[in-house]
Amino acid sequence: MPVYLIKPLLFTLCLLPTALLGWQFYADELGANPIEALTRGTGEWTLRLLLITLLMTPLKRITGWYWPIRVRRMLGLFAFYYACVHLMTYLWLDQFFDWDEIWLDILDRPFITVGMLGFVLLVPLALTSNRYAVRRLARNWKRLHRLAYVIPPLGVLHFWWLVKADIREPAIYAVLLGALLAVRSPEIRRRAAGKTAQQPAG
Amino acid sequence: MLIKRKTDLTEHDVTPFDLYKERRRFIKAGVAATAALGFPWLVQAKLTLGKITPGPFSTDEEKTPYKDVTTYNNFYEFGTSKAEPAINAGSLVPDPWSVAVEGECDKPGTVGIEDILKNHALEERIYRLRCVEGWSMVIPWVGFPLTDFIKRFQPNSKAKFVEFETLNDKKQMPGQRRRVLEWPYVEGLRMDEAMHPLTILAVGLYGNVLPNQNGAPIRLVVPWKYGFKSIKSIVKVRFRETQPLSSWEKAGPKEYGFYSNVNPNVDHPRWSQRRERRIGEFGKRKTLMFNGYEDQVASLYKGMDLKKYF
Repeated sequence: MPVYLIKPLLFTLCLLPTALLGWQFYADELGANPIEALTRGTGEWTLRLLLITLLMTPLKRITGWYWPIRVRRMLGLFAFYYACVHLMTYLWLDQFFDWDEIWLDILDRPFITVGMLGFVLLVPLALTSNRYAVRRLARNWKRLHRLAYVIPPLGVLHFWWLVKADIREPAIYAVLLGALLAVRSPEIRRRAAGKTAQQPAG
Repeated sequence: MLIKRKTDLTEHDVTPFDLYKERRRFIKAGVAATAALGFPWLVQAKLTLGKITPGPFSTDEEKTPYKDVTTYNNFYEFGTSKAEPAINAGSLVPDPWSVAVEGECDKPGTVGIEDILKNHALEERIYRLRCVEGWSMVIPWVGFPLTDFIKRFQPNSKAKFVEFETLNDKKQMPGQRRRVLEWPYVEGLRMDEAMHPLTILAVGLYGNVLPNQNGAPIRLVVPWKYGFKSIKSIVKVRFRETQPLSSWEKAGPKEYGFYSNVNPNVDHPRWSQRRERRIGEFGKRKTLMFNGYEDQVASLYKGMDLKKYF
């Protein structure tokens, strides 16, 4: 499938969770505690999109396709978008802009501290995702965007520290994230490259 | 935004619950009678509650809708999400059921659920329930004081605590296949807490037997403590000289204490307990000391450092 089709398709797919959650919220179908369900839903989609964004580079390397690189920025921005909705749900629906409470939460609750840190780190990445910033920042752009490897672990930690006893779900995210980071390690990349080189040609 | 459209109908236009129940009972009785005529083996003995009188300590706050009370549950024996218990609890068989009473008492023994229902006058108690996670409900329980139950077994002078256990059966409780907590679920109270007139054993809610996901057929309700202290589907009661170790204490000793009294001034290490969301409400309300039962229970903890004994 050509990129000019893949991109709008992915764009639409990324909007589906918003449409679904929005509809369920409107129709009062999010259960007894809709605000909790909404917070949880948008948070999980942030985490999923962060991981999907991280998947693009290895996907390109393994398959040789070029489209993963072409959609990578869009996916990253969608992760930022869901992080914004997630944060707004917390600030507005959950806390009703009670800044004293929110500030105490950020200071006292480690899971909120790391979540907020993750969001703050996402902001410069979103702001510098345009072509102009890439050119302007030159070598520093690459350095700055290495934060893309720091933010997802903060997201997983944010989820992990939130659950009471059943850590299965955050553990799944942690394993996937671990794999996505591991395939980037120079050691693994060298071995993979070595293996392909040793394969007999033809 | 949650946009609730106004309708012309009010709460009062709905068939009153009693009338609705009456009709159900009438239909059920009819079906049962018909079945009994032709197919007597089809008639299953089903738990029913006798006369229910209004009990003391009830709040006049707006009750949480039945649907929310029965579909938003923490009952890890049926799954760790709030929705799972209502979906999975069909495998629980609450009848026949028996509760074994043992330990430091003169008359240990096992009692069947029918016996319990027959021997205790049932009261309706409309209590607030505050979950440790920061949400709350108002639930019209049907039950009787735990102290009445305890007296039947004549605890001796060594009985300083009461320990409770939930059923431990993977077949009936599929959530127990995973060791999220140590099974069976264990909870405990100090003897004076257990004998307090607010503490009840509940066998129903909204005038009917307990739905399985709410802890059928018999559960504890201690309204001034966080919800997890109110252990569900009880099969064992044990009088002890030493303080029991509850399941949540075992899982997280720094986060869940033996007392677990609702206290807005003592935070859970990971979140604030100052406020709560009443299910069905939009904003948050202040959490009350001992969940609003301070006048009744504060004396139990006189002189105790509640930050230490959380």
